[in-house]
Amino acid sequence: MRERGHGRDVLVLALLAVWALPFFWQALTSLKPDSELLAVERLVTAAPTLAHYRVVFERSVMPDALRNSLGVALLTTLLALALGVPGAYALARLPVPGKRALMLGVVACTAFPQVTTVGPLFVALRALDLRDTWAALVLADTSFALPLVLWLLAGFVREIPVDVEEAASLDGAGRIGVLTRVVLPLMAPGVVSAALLVFLMSWNEFLFAFTFTATEASRTVPVALALFPGIFEVPWGDIAAASMLASLPPIVIVVALQRWLVRGLTAGALRE
Amino acid sequence: MTDRQRRDARAGEALLAPALVTLAALAAWPGLWVLWLSLQQRIPIFGIDRFVGVAHYVFLAGDPRFWNAVRVTLTFTVVSVALEVLLGVAVALALQRQQRGRRVAVALLLLPWALPSVVVGRTFEWLYHPSAGLVNFLLGGRAVNWLGEPALALPALVAADVWRTMPFVALLCYARVLTIPDAVYEAAHVDGAGWLATVRAITLPLLRRVLLIAVLFRTLDALRAFDLMFVLTGGGPANTTETLTVYAYRSLFQTLQLGFGAAVGAIVFALVMLVAWAYLRAVERAEATA
Repeated sequence: MRERGHGRDVLVLALLAVWALPFFWQALTSLKPDSELLAVERLVTAAPTLAHYRVVFERSVMPDALRNSLGVALLTTLLALALGVPGAYALARLPVPGKRALMLGVVACTAFPQVTTVGPLFVALRALDLRDTWAALVLADTSFALPLVLWLLAGFVREIPVDVEEAASLDGAGRIGVLTRVVLPLMAPGVVSAALLVFLMSWNEFLFAFTFTATEASRTVPVALALFPGIFEVPWGDIAAASMLASLPPIVIVVALQRWLVRGLTAGALRE
Repeated sequence: MTDRQRRDARAGEALLAPALVTLAALAAWPGLWVLWLSLQQRIPIFGIDRFVGVAHYVFLAGDPRFWNAVRVTLTFTVVSVALEVLLGVAVALALQRQQRGRRVAVALLLLPWALPSVVVGRTFEWLYHPSAGLVNFLLGGRAVNWLGEPALALPALVAADVWRTMPFVALLCYARVLTIPDAVYEAAHVDGAGWLATVRAITLPLLRRVLLIAVLFRTLDALRAFDLMFVLTGGGPANTTETLTVYAYRSLFQTLQLGFGAAVGAIVFALVMLVAWAYLRAVERAEATA
């Protein structure tokens, strides 16, 4: 029985690896020399090469794009948290008038289609002369990051026992003191989860980045990848190498930070 | 109201105000302005900017390209979500009894979901390559042009989307089945219930709630999907993969008709809100009678 359970575990892992095969295929492609790219029957190359990565780093806009993506995703995360953490605490704990309606509005904001707001945002950002800047992308990404942070963190705050806060305020701490010294440390795991989700969404975001950028000054990784140049033929190996670089943060998150990612993803759906 | 309550309400407003002002400026205002924009004819390159009322909507009502986009959007949404739920539940059930390698399993499962959609688009473009693609090779060396054949392009897109988003459904269901106490299954086992009977009588009913939520999230996302179509097919061939979002985007930024594109965008918005509202009502009614 034990042995069979073990075999079953291995089988499930193998099936999941097969599901992830498209990703591994792209990884193998990124290491294939150009001469073997179109020879699909040679599944794994005998002469792996880093040539495609060299091309991507030395002769493409990817280095700029990686810097832009990292900057925009980090700043979006910081802004969404700076605005969202105090807001979520107020929504969860304080007697704000019209709270139910506000919460409903926040949830509705998470359902806004990007293609709906992209037109007005384009007109506004052009009027503010913000096109092709990091600021434009940070602001645009905050439009979907902030509702997510408010909603997720309000849920996490509700799970913190009220007694803890009452004890602190009896000790003479004001609301802000309770928030920074008592609640914030207890919220930390939730904040990490929300930060990971927001970083990932901003890193992966394409439509706003494609629309509001024009040059290497602000083009992010997904935009650079979508526009990857091919003069005579499509450089599949270079594209595969660029795909791998674009996938680095997601890989780190699902492998090393999995616990927090899963907590954030399931928190909203499994809470009553 | 006591002094304390009044102070708390003021603190609450102060803490919430920055977030609400930002949301109002970045989400609510564009959401309202799009309606106003959709009543204009605005084509910057020709210097056209005038009020046309509901003319765009009247045009759309008789526009075969619009109705085609509606059909493509709904087909894509229904088929993708159905496949994701079936496969997602299957994966969750398979993982339920996993003893070893859970972390590896979840990492493999979540990897497709966590990748940028443009990476997924580029990956599947290469997999679908007519002569050098892995898909055709595995099918015995055929030369099918998956993304170029009108009958195949939408199914090919659905496959890429299911690959990317099934893990989300699977993860939610997996997290739920982990909370079912072993004792429940032991009792069923003692009663002589087989695996299938146990799944049908115990696991699936307990998954109902989380599945309803997963279906809502996934449906709203599928209605709003854009990146995969844009990267893989651009709406072609012959508009067979042109969803409402792609139609809106092409009108906005390829032909630069900001007013007309806003009208299509506003309809996507209305559709998403309508589906969410109808869905939540149906769930509420079902829970009231259950």
